[in-house]
Order: sequence, then C-alpha cells, then structure tokens
Amino acid sequence: MNSLFEIIAFLLIGSLTLGAAVAAVGLRDTVHCGLSLAVVFVGVAGLYLLLDAEFIGFIQLLVYVGAVAVLVMFVILITRPEDGVIQQPDRRRQKLPGALIAAGIFLVTYGAIMQSPSLRRDVPEPAALSIRAVGEALVSGHLLPLMAIGVLLTTALIGAALFAMEGEDGK
Amino acid sequence: MIGLPLFLILSTMLFSLGLFAVLTRRSAILLLIGVELMLAAANLNFIAFWRFGPNPAAMTGALFVLFSIAVAAAEAAVGLSLILVIYRHLRSTNPKEVNSLHG
Repeated sequence: MNSLFEIIAFLLIGSLTLGAAVAAVGLRDTVHCGLSLAVVFVGVAGLYLLLDAEFIGFIQLLVYVGAVAVLVMFVILITRPEDGVIQQPDRRRQKLPGALIAAGIFLVTYGAIMQSPSLRRDVPEPAALSIRAVGEALVSGHLLPLMAIGVLLTTALIGAALFAMEGEDGK
Repeated sequence: MIGLPLFLILSTMLFSLGLFAVLTRRSAILLLIGVELMLAAANLNFIAFWRFGPNPAAMTGALFVLFSIAVAAAEAAVGLSLILVIYRHLRSTNPKEVNSLHG
C-alpha cells in the first residue's frame, strides 16, 4: 500500500519535474523559462521529501524557490527588451550538436546505471533525517565547512551588491 | 519501493537538459538556468545515494547537499549581478556579444 503510493508520487513528481525542465530549457520567452525553473525546484524539493530528506526539502523550498527563482525572475524582467519581444536568432545548426552531446552523455550514463548490479540491492528504510542530528553534525564535525560557507556567502553577497551598485554613481 | 536507479535516471535526464541549455541557448540568463538544472541533478544524486547508501546514519550526502545549496545560492547571486552589469553596458545578455575588455 505504502509502496504503491510512493510509486504514484514518484511518477507524478518526476514527470512534473521533467516536464518543467523541458519547458525551462525549450521555451522561447525567457519569462516562461524562469517560471518553469521555479516549478523544477518545487519538483526537486518533492523528490527530496520522497527520499526521506524532509529537512533538505524544506531548505530547497526556502533557498531555491524563495530566493534563487525570485532573483532569476527579477533579472529576467529587468533585462527584458522594452518592446517585450524576445529577439532570439536561435540557429538550428547550433542546436543539433548540443542535442547530440547532451543525448550522448545521457545514453552513456543510462547504460552505466542499467548495467551496475550494486545499485539494485534492497535497502531498509533509514530513520528520518532528524534536524537535531543535522544541527549537531554541523557544529561538531563540519564546523570548518560551515564557517567557510559563512565567509563565502558574505563575500559573494557583498560582491554582488557592489557589482549591481557600480553603474549608479560610477558613470 | 522505488529503487535507486529510477532516481539516478531522472537526475541524468535533468543534467542532460541543463547541459543542452548551456550548449545551445543564446542568453546568459538561460545559461544560468541550465547550470541550475545541472546543480539540482547533482544534489538529487547526493540525496539518492545517501538514502540508498550503506550508512545513512552518517548523513554525509545530506550535509553535502546543504553546503552545495549555499554555494549555489552564492553562485546565482554573483552570476545574476554580473549579468545585470553586462546588460547595463551592452544592452544585451547574449554572451556572444561580450567580446571586448574595454568598458
């Protein structure tokens, strides 16, 4: 019963994620691409929930859907041409090599996944990822990466603000 | 029970789509969207391997994804602000037109 529910949920969320990813990659209007990207992020968060990583799923929702997707939408709207028409001379001959490379990489990886016997052993369901355990691991064993991430985020945000500010008084 | 291979195939599809976007689209924002898709695929792999791995109690994959999400947020912020600056200078976000060092 539980297993059937999980399969249905996986099929639904997976097809939603893939469809939205195809839309994000293929649509002509950049605004639609940005909105589809947000749907992809929601779908991936759903997959995390399905994989018993609730905390990561909620972090994904907060950071990606709440911040990154909104940021992407802002930049798309700011850099839109005034007339609203997207002039994108997509050359067909550039699309074919790109599609071939992407399809080749997919097929190679697919073959490797299908041939590997060690991937299909049955695993018992692990205990859910507890937020308490994550927090304790973060501030005990992974303290240095945590600090480095803090420095990186601060630097990146200050740098981004400096970049975006530059044109106001610089010229 | 859904096994590990299904998740891996799904994330491979996501990765290939992102790669296709990076290789073919003519707008810096869409390149960034492609990179985000590939990052999401990598994170999905981490979580899937953590979930079906031999030692989920160590939480290695989940913690790695936490850090990866933070790095991806920084990358998106810097990348998008660079796109904004380039747009201000050139009135375009086509990476092919960014071919001069002279502002």
